[in-house]
Amino acid sequence: MSLELKNVEKKVGIETHIYPTNIKLEKNTINVLLGSTLAGKTTLMQIMAGLDKPTSGEIWFNGENVTGKQVQKRNVSMVYQQFINYPSFTVYENIASPLKITGVNSNEIKDRVGKVAELLKLSAMLNKKPDELSGGQQQRTALARALVKDSDLILLDEPLANLDFKLREELREELPKLFEDRECIVVYATTEPSDALMIGGNTATILEGKIIQYGKTLDVYNKPENLTSAKVFSDPPMNIAEITKSGDTCKLADNSVQWKSNVKIKDGNYKIGIRPHNITTYKEGSNTVEINGKVLISELSGSESLIHFTNGNLNWVSLSNGIQQKNIGENTKLFMNVDEFLYFDKNNRLVNHG
Amino acid sequence: MNKTINQKAWFFVVPVFVLVAFNAAIPLMTVVNYSFQETFGNNVFAWEGTRWFKQILLSERFHDALGRQIAFTFIILLIQIPLGIGIALTMPKKGWGVPVCLILMSMPLLIPWNVVGAMWNIFALPDIGFLGYSLNAIGFDFNFTQQPGDAWFTTILMDVWHWTSLVVLLSYAGLNSIQPAYYQAAEIDGASRWATFRYIELPKMKKVLTLAILLRFMDSFMIYTEPFVLTGGGPGNATAFLSIDLVKMALGQFDLGPAAAMSLIYFFIVLLVCWVFYSLMMKNEVKS
Repeated sequence: MSLELKNVEKKVGIETHIYPTNIKLEKNTINVLLGSTLAGKTTLMQIMAGLDKPTSGEIWFNGENVTGKQVQKRNVSMVYQQFINYPSFTVYENIASPLKITGVNSNEIKDRVGKVAELLKLSAMLNKKPDELSGGQQQRTALARALVKDSDLILLDEPLANLDFKLREELREELPKLFEDRECIVVYATTEPSDALMIGGNTATILEGKIIQYGKTLDVYNKPENLTSAKVFSDPPMNIAEITKSGDTCKLADNSVQWKSNVKIKDGNYKIGIRPHNITTYKEGSNTVEINGKVLISELSGSESLIHFTNGNLNWVSLSNGIQQKNIGENTKLFMNVDEFLYFDKNNRLVNHG
Repeated sequence: MNKTINQKAWFFVVPVFVLVAFNAAIPLMTVVNYSFQETFGNNVFAWEGTRWFKQILLSERFHDALGRQIAFTFIILLIQIPLGIGIALTMPKKGWGVPVCLILMSMPLLIPWNVVGAMWNIFALPDIGFLGYSLNAIGFDFNFTQQPGDAWFTTILMDVWHWTSLVVLLSYAGLNSIQPAYYQAAEIDGASRWATFRYIELPKMKKVLTLAILLRFMDSFMIYTEPFVLTGGGPGNATAFLSIDLVKMALGQFDLGPAAAMSLIYFFIVLLVCWVFYSLMMKNEVKS
């Protein structure tokens, strides 16, 4: 089982929503489409599902060309950001609805709905209507409807975006387990890099209608092919600075910071990308370098501290564990983990890692 | 804690009391007052108790008018609600067609009621009106001023023309508030067009439709101006709906007592039907 997009392009009027795209999703994988709002994730999913036709290119499923095949005739299910359920049906009827339409007999429906409901912790609310449920339970119902069908392709379009923080965390942990023993391809669209890391599987970074990189999630995260992919897969945004390397010494373009590096690249000018969590108020890793900064903003996010500071004429973001309060305007010293620096050449391609 | 006494609040409340008294309470009480008395003019009144209420409730004239009224309201609801939903479903959702349709739909609602009556009167005249003349020309013996059936036909057609737009606009607003994802979800499930309408569109339109039915019920049950101008309640009493009959009694015959009693009965019927209908429709909503 596999889903393959071959040179798929989508234009609406003169605007290009998806540039020619090639991607092959394999059986029993979870694939995250990671990109900001309007990057083209939803369009791509609708093309995969058959809800929307590509302007050119082909979609192949299991070795069959399914371009233009109606969505009803494909075994697909989809979960949306909004909680989409039939408003006048009970939870039970909602979950059963895709099976009823395909004419599954009632004993089997009962059996399958029961199993899925238990998996999604909905057994106690089978007789309730969607609007009597919390947002989390409504979304669980929508997920149950998608799962009960045993689809070949399950598309999840930012399913957690409308949930509050705690419910999102809870459901995010459960999601990968739900798909573990299923014979299907799962596609999960999200704007949050942390979602991709949590879910694992494969990730495709998307920007402005183009797939930048596709591969194993951790590979894409640790070895982004280029600066764009690294930026898409970083939240808070990645710090980027120009550097000069000569011999084993690297320094920032303004000479403010200097460090030893054993990166095997030619001498010359490069860009480095540093993820915020690799700049901390304490030393982390065996190879750190100090950077002086003047605090712009210091804020807490959960049990982490975000400190925005300036060094020379660049703005930097750092993310440290624990509560590290700084005063605005204070001069402070932070530590960068040199082993985690990403080096990019003048074409913005990753030249080495660490 | 000591509260300081401040009587200034009266200053804000009294105007409302005065306004409500003059525009609602006092006229209504006048009607209530008349309904229990007999008057011979010259401000002479005699107490009659519940005599007028019994008389009205037992009179054949009232039964007939009420029967006609119920039939009329029932027929126009039966036509306007499905027709309105149907038109709303076929209206475009985007593009230049939207403003065009909305303006066309709003037009009948903007025309003064007596003008609608006058328009249809002329339109349906058998000798010079376009509708009346055409119907006769293709072989129908159509004359709404003499034949009760034709009078009903014309009155209903006029009301459908005048008011279906209201149902259309309300339904259209209801339909537009449904997120596209619902339609996609139904498509993925393989739901038929009918199932999509029955299980997504109709439940999502429930509130606006309740409103539409209530508004159309009240307006049609109290209809006066248009049939008054179109048929004057005739031929005979064929289209004398409750309001028309009431005015005949109150002003034509100057039977103030019975007319007042009839007004109150009429008022309670409208109130009761609206209340029962609304509670039934909203029964499930209260829970959530």
